Amino acid sequence: MKREGEVRISSGCAISGIFCRDGRRIDGEAIRRSIAVMHNRSNGLGGGFAGYGIYPQYKDFYALHVLYDSQSAREEAERFLDRRFDIINLSKIPVRQTPKISDAPLIWRYFVTPLPHMLQDSQLDEDEYTSRTTIAINDTIPGAYVVSCGKDMGVFKAVGYPEDVADFYRLEEYEGYAWTAHGRYPTNTPGWWAGSHPFSLLDLSVVHNGEISSYDANRRSVEMHGYSCNLLTDTEVIAYILDYLTRKQGLTMKESSEVIAAPFWTTIASKDEEERKRLSYLRKMFSSFLITGPFSILVGFSGGMMALNDRLKLRSLVAAEKGRTVYFSSEEAAIRCIEPEPDRIWAPRGGEAVIVTLDGRKDGQTI
Amino acid sequence: MDRRYRIRKDDGCISCMRCARECSFGAIEAGEDRTLILHHDKCVDCQRCVSFCPTGAIFITEDGNRFRGNGVFGESDMKEIFLQARTGGVLLSSMGAPGRNVPIYFDRMLLNASQVTNPSIDPLREPMETAVFLGQRPERIERDGSGRLVDNLPPHLELRTPIMFSAMSYGAISLNVHKALAAAAEKLGTYWNTGEGGLHESLYPYKRSTIVQVASGRFGVHATYLNTAAAIEIKIGQGAKPGIGGHLTGKKIIGDVSRTRMVPEGLDAISPAPHHDIYSIEDLAQLVMSIKETTDGRKPVIVKVAAVHNIAPIASGIARSGADIISIDGFRGGTGAAPKRIRDNVGIPIELAIAAVDQRLREERIRDRVSVIASGGIRNSSDVVKAIALGADAVSIGTAALCALGCHICASCHTGRCAWGLATQDPELTKRLDPEEGAARLGNLVKAWTSEIKEIMGGMGINSIEALRGNRRALKGVDLNAKELEILGIGYAGE
Amino acid sequence: MRTVDMRKDGLDALKAHEGEEMEVTGCLGERYIGCGMKSGILHVEGTPGNALGSYLDGGTIYVDGNAQDATADTMNSGLVAIRGSAGDALAYGMRGGRVYVLGDAGYRAGVHMKAYEDRKSTLVIGGRTGSFLGEYLAGGIIIVLGLGDEQRDITGYFCGNGMYAGTIYLRTERTPLNLSDKLVRRNVDEEEKERILKPIIEDFASVFSLSADRCMSGSFIAIEADESKSYSQLYAAV
Repeated sequence: MKREGEVRISSGCAISGIFCRDGRRIDGEAIRRSIAVMHNRSNGLGGGFAGYGIYPQYKDFYALHVLYDSQSAREEAERFLDRRFDIINLSKIPVRQTPKISDAPLIWRYFVTPLPHMLQDSQLDEDEYTSRTTIAINDTIPGAYVVSCGKDMGVFKAVGYPEDVADFYRLEEYEGYAWTAHGRYPTNTPGWWAGSHPFSLLDLSVVHNGEISSYDANRRSVEMHGYSCNLLTDTEVIAYILDYLTRKQGLTMKESSEVIAAPFWTTIASKDEEERKRLSYLRKMFSSFLITGPFSILVGFSGGMMALNDRLKLRSLVAAEKGRTVYFSSEEAAIRCIEPEPDRIWAPRGGEAVIVTLDGRKDGQTI
Repeated sequence: MDRRYRIRKDDGCISCMRCARECSFGAIEAGEDRTLILHHDKCVDCQRCVSFCPTGAIFITEDGNRFRGNGVFGESDMKEIFLQARTGGVLLSSMGAPGRNVPIYFDRMLLNASQVTNPSIDPLREPMETAVFLGQRPERIERDGSGRLVDNLPPHLELRTPIMFSAMSYGAISLNVHKALAAAAEKLGTYWNTGEGGLHESLYPYKRSTIVQVASGRFGVHATYLNTAAAIEIKIGQGAKPGIGGHLTGKKIIGDVSRTRMVPEGLDAISPAPHHDIYSIEDLAQLVMSIKETTDGRKPVIVKVAAVHNIAPIASGIARSGADIISIDGFRGGTGAAPKRIRDNVGIPIELAIAAVDQRLREERIRDRVSVIASGGIRNSSDVVKAIALGADAVSIGTAALCALGCHICASCHTGRCAWGLATQDPELTKRLDPEEGAARLGNLVKAWTSEIKEIMGGMGINSIEALRGNRRALKGVDLNAKELEILGIGYAGE
Repeated sequence: MRTVDMRKDGLDALKAHEGEEMEVTGCLGERYIGCGMKSGILHVEGTPGNALGSYLDGGTIYVDGNAQDATADTMNSGLVAIRGSAGDALAYGMRGGRVYVLGDAGYRAGVHMKAYEDRKSTLVIGGRTGSFLGEYLAGGIIIVLGLGDEQRDITGYFCGNGMYAGTIYLRTERTPLNLSDKLVRRNVDEEEKERILKPIIEDFASVFSLSADRCMSGSFIAIEADESKSYSQLYAAV
């Protein structure tokens, strides 16, 4: 049987997210409880989390979370990293042995910063330098897979139910201002740790529920811009599209949402002239990045989070607020279990992004 | 005597002589006393008489006489040798390359549909978008001083459905056909193409639905012509005769054809093989820019080429020439007249050409900079869907449009005697097509195809045509070898 | 009244006592509550999970708070009354009985609801709905009151797309956004209001202890299929 990446695997899922706009840092227990409520939306073949604000002591360094199939893959990847980065700190990511999570790869974490002369020679900014290095490791070093490489954030994922994945990674020991979670229901995979969600590049991470019908059109288009879709998953292609639109094109998160979940032409026609022109422009300019088919996604980024449904709202998504804390989930129950009495609870409309940012930052601003 | 067809009639004949009046090839003549005189050798099997016989009494069969079988030299080979031995002439033919000795790849690709993991969509009730915008896209967005997005898109063509009408010139076809195409395009929200014979003044009101062509002969090309259009197409070549020019005989350069082409009556209209101001790719850029200059940059410029062996780098060069849209005409594309050896042996099928071009432009990271139109043997809506999934933005149809107007593909266009009144300038014949009725039939055809395209997209869970473009996982191959699959960029069925 | 705590007792306890009046407490996303129930009354507290009251066949379900997705799916008869809001795909393919929601409904409420013999499905939403309300409607009645939202659109886009029977009543004068040209909008006169809407809305109001007059105030419009525009004309048999 082929491994994920050699073959495209479709999957259904559950997603959940918590965002503290006041910057308060909460541990990983709440997000674990939230995603656990939706146990039967997953099938034990994939679970994962992204935490933001979890590495304050290293917040100026890229945090690389890397999975290795073997010691030799680790040695090769570390040699590769060592030539390109100053490695400030490296360690195994601490895990708790649990019978529910088996066949664990080697899981390492590195805090790094680009070597100044290498960065200068590359004529790239440090984000681009780091993302290219990451993509190169995933592309060229067999048995090594970088699951996240952002600053002050990290992705924790495995094959298993999400609540067991949280136990395994001892998530209660991390504190962050934002968390996303994912429980996966893949249709035919033997399970590969890297294939679980979230999928992340730099500080951007995506968890996703649904299966998009535009996949290959989107994949072939984003690959034109230097990305390489190794996993053949929707989440990967969505993350790369958002990275391209925000970081390389300079669109805001909101504008990016209006590209990937563009309003129907009939809806655009009903807007006032300025809005009509703006939305038409985005749709025409980036027509290759329209995503069709069902999706609900949570996008984590440095200092913010976006929740977005496809334009037909073919997957469920609920949002809630309590004080300065915002919750998103596939099901209301997953919010009620950690916040029984929200100030407000609502279902965002199809294609209408809900974007939250840390207090003091402007909503919708490109980060 | 050329024995291709036999004209037959049965007891139902009421001797009304309708067939004799309809036959424009002299195969059926009315004799004395309401008898029919049949000249089987002149019959081209255009089916006009059959269609109009009020009692269904007449029919055409293949001639029963057969040459001696030989596994190498077929009957048609021998007949062509006899003809050339007698006349010393280059074989002339029309319509697209016939036969299936070159695979029709559309028939070897099957489409996908959604089951369980994502929903199919009912196109009759849920929104289903087929609008396509053709034109260049800049590499980057721009913002004004206050951070608002600036519309930096060059002019685009807006199609309500991804089906256009191919270039067919006035001269090769009649003014009534042009009228039908123009009216249908306007109603459908798509475009028709003048071909290289100029634009008759009576059709100026359709300028918003018209693409005017600039070919090597530059017939009827002037500043007003260029500006009486939604877009301008530079024709480098066509699928039926890549590398070959055109020759409209002086006999057809009469009346309005002469005026529209701006060629004196009775003088031949020769289209040189190349544009003699384009001997290299940088010359193409010069022509593109001169047209843009003349039209104040307000209209997209299309460059049409035949699908030849190195079509991928050619397309790449065109994409970098300043052109907005590349139109690629495949091996099976039709023509009003072309040397038979060229038509049947030069060029490559459109399916392979589109796949190669789309992939090459992506590898060079410029696919989103231009739009691509596919043509040459598009027969139905599933061909359209497959062409788009391979990477085309839209398609053009020529032969299928003529069929909607009555054409039965007898491939006698070059004789100028078209019994259906399409590929002819004989006023007695051209009046056989009522332009309004023709426009309605074209409208019905494209409407029906569009509905079918929506059904197919809905089945795949795709509700906007741009999500189908280049979506090659929508296709799987059957009866194809590994190399063919590789070029098409698709998997084998069941893979 | 019997109390069933979903955290301890689970669905089996509900099945074991079907036919009784029960208080169902501690709900947090448990699916299939009241699924196929033929008789009895459930008072549901907390947040019940997806597919609440699916195939309901005569029983009654009251929900204190919000319901999630696919509530009253393929319901045959009975009553589902939700004091809060409902998620997406409410009352999909419902064939008979009553579904009342005091708050809002999500996307795709009442898709392909039907009527059959003496069964006539009735869906009343007190608040607003998402897009695709009553898509493919094949019978029955949908009423959206938009209480407290008199100045806004009370349905989303594509309201009633593809419906071919039944009626959608909206307490508004605004034509729904981008209404399909295969549908007709008409104003509801006093006679029809009294005859059709009043009995249903009075029942709805009494379930939630509201003023029926307030729910009936103002004008209603009706959305129905345009019979002159059937879909059959799209096809040509080969």
